[in-house]
Amino acid sequence: MQPDRAYLDHAATTTLLPEAVDAWAQAASRVGNPSSLHSAGRAARRLVEESREAIADDLHVRPSEVIFTSGGTEADNLAVKGLVWAQPDRGRILCSAIEHHAVLDPVSWLGDQGCKVDWLTVDEFGRVDPETVRARLSDDVALCTVMWANNEVGTVQPIAEIARACEEAGVPFHTDAVQALGQLRVDGSLPGITSLALSGHKIGAPVGTGALVLRRDARIVPVTHGGGQERDVRSGTFDAPGIAALAVAVRHAVDHQALHAEEISALRDELISAILQVAPTAVVNGHVSERLPGNVHVSFPGCEGDTLLMLLDAAGVECSTGSACTAGVPEPSHVLEAMGVAPAVARGSLRFSLGRTSTQADIDRVVEVLPGVLDRASRASSPRVRRTR
Amino acid sequence: MRVIAALSGGVDSAVAAARAVDAGHEVVGVHLALSRSRSTTGTSKGCCSIADSQDARRVADVLDIPYYVWDLSEDFARDVIEDFVEAYRDGLTPNPCLRCNETIKFAAVLDRALALDYDAVCTGHYARIVPGADGSELHRAVDPTKDQSYVLSVLTQDQIAATLLPLGDSLKSQVRAEAAERGLRVADKPDSHDICFIPDGDTSGWLRERLGDQPGEIVDAATGEVLGQHTGAFAYTIGQRRGLDLREPAASGARRYVVDIDPVERRVWVGAEDLLAATVIEARDPIWCGPAPGSGTRAWVQIRAHGEAMPAQLDIDDGVTAHLDSPARGVAPGQAMAMYDGTRVVGSATIVRR
Repeated sequence: MQPDRAYLDHAATTTLLPEAVDAWAQAASRVGNPSSLHSAGRAARRLVEESREAIADDLHVRPSEVIFTSGGTEADNLAVKGLVWAQPDRGRILCSAIEHHAVLDPVSWLGDQGCKVDWLTVDEFGRVDPETVRARLSDDVALCTVMWANNEVGTVQPIAEIARACEEAGVPFHTDAVQALGQLRVDGSLPGITSLALSGHKIGAPVGTGALVLRRDARIVPVTHGGGQERDVRSGTFDAPGIAALAVAVRHAVDHQALHAEEISALRDELISAILQVAPTAVVNGHVSERLPGNVHVSFPGCEGDTLLMLLDAAGVECSTGSACTAGVPEPSHVLEAMGVAPAVARGSLRFSLGRTSTQADIDRVVEVLPGVLDRASRASSPRVRRTR
Repeated sequence: MRVIAALSGGVDSAVAAARAVDAGHEVVGVHLALSRSRSTTGTSKGCCSIADSQDARRVADVLDIPYYVWDLSEDFARDVIEDFVEAYRDGLTPNPCLRCNETIKFAAVLDRALALDYDAVCTGHYARIVPGADGSELHRAVDPTKDQSYVLSVLTQDQIAATLLPLGDSLKSQVRAEAAERGLRVADKPDSHDICFIPDGDTSGWLRERLGDQPGEIVDAATGEVLGQHTGAFAYTIGQRRGLDLREPAASGARRYVVDIDPVERRVWVGAEDLLAATVIEARDPIWCGPAPGSGTRAWVQIRAHGEAMPAQLDIDDGVTAHLDSPARGVAPGQAMAMYDGTRVVGSATIVRR
């Protein structure tokens, strides 16, 4: 039996984990600002610190190295701006060309403010070569940043090697691990990692939760000034319920990572081969093996991504064109562009992303509706006869 | 019917879509992204278009219909904006709204809709589509102040047959009231007047950015005397009186108007009002909204979006020549000449230089 709808957009956001909801609701029902000194405050603070310790254990770092934020974007902004601002004598930033906008845009902005930005190229599979990083490292580099795994095409980066190269050169290294956590083994203690961003809602915690793992000896300038919470690096009232829920979700993500990866990569591979069977001209973007277990990114030449999305939505399949949207307008993907995918091919791209609640029935539904959808979409984008005046 | 409702984010398209839903159609709302709203560095610009798309989304929410954005920015850049610049470069006066209807809304969008198994496109234009003996007919709107049949006069009968215009029988005031009753927050949104891709309304400044300064002479059409200089003929329109900035008044003391523009010599000809009068209008590439009329047909012609209809006799071959009963002023090459039989739109053709 097929479900009514197949949700295959877990990389955008995923189903809340029931245990995380429980943790949130329990904490939210109690009064108390974790910074207050009375009993209610202490109880709330205890919850925050126990959560911090749990997350630190899960990521192999120290509790004081976990800084809670409102999500991945804030964590990335804090790391990028904070680490660069802390080293005014270093004027260069190394940044991969395929970063999420949460990194890309603050880096570009710092570029506008006078920093020199070296964009790190990727190969056709979306991989940054550690040697290109190594070749550009020098003592005038304030920050090198490369995401752990790409949100669009799912390519996993050689983070350990890049981090080590940065450590050898004495350059701070930030990695956006938002997509990696729960799907890959994420170890915050890898030599050379200065900071690591994670987001709650990609792993079953509520939206509005996240953290920056920041090495204790890192010099950083705060972005948000105020009450001095989070080692004075990120001021703002502790979100005890959100933090509690985040800790539950991180624990679940890390504990179940190996099994989860095995299960969804099997579904992923099945979906990929089914798509290629239905559409032999389709191109799977990204890396064959170094790929997020839940990511399927495909270009359908001769189709428009937004048409495919609309038709699939009507047919009960929820996926994404993979690129950032403002006002619902899909932008040309900077990731595919950096990989050298032709713009005409890139336009017909879709991202299916699997998660904790994905099932065989979801895959079956895609396979069932895809032939009709592709048929229609290719007709809708065939060049029309233009009347000229 | 399965209907694609174009939602601009304004009040008219919102009420049109609502009426299509009420009529029992299966409606999907589509906002047309006609210009790119975000630069690659991530700095927001063109916030108007983002706000409009947000408004369109909220309309779809209230109507409980699906909502998508179709990116037609490439088509729009090529078929409307480029065409607009080219026309000015050639000394013509284009109508981009009409071109957008011809190439985007009722062509690119309609083609896509039909290919996606939809039956029609619904818009908030003020004009009526009524069944006639020879198929669907396009007519003027009931509200004479809002009538948009002129900018729709480029539609063929096939396009008209696959179009819903639910507002043609209503007054604008009724549409606003209905939007408010339906809880559509766009009810009191101001009407759009300017050319959508020139949000500040400075058309000649916008053209100057693209065409650069193209200095030339302003010449008296009667005497051939050079009266002044200009920095771009594209800043002038036939019939224009203001902003000529001539040093000396005409000897007769009469007002002077732009009477012709020569893009090759970059010359702007000015002269007395009577030089603007024309009793014969030649136009090319006619598009007929139904069966083509026979040569010698009597019709009403309209030569600009908010102009009056004038009685004429049409000589039709490859093009159309209109012999007006009484002279018209300010016939601008590049504008469309729409032809009417009473309220029915017969077709249109592009006015050429004489």
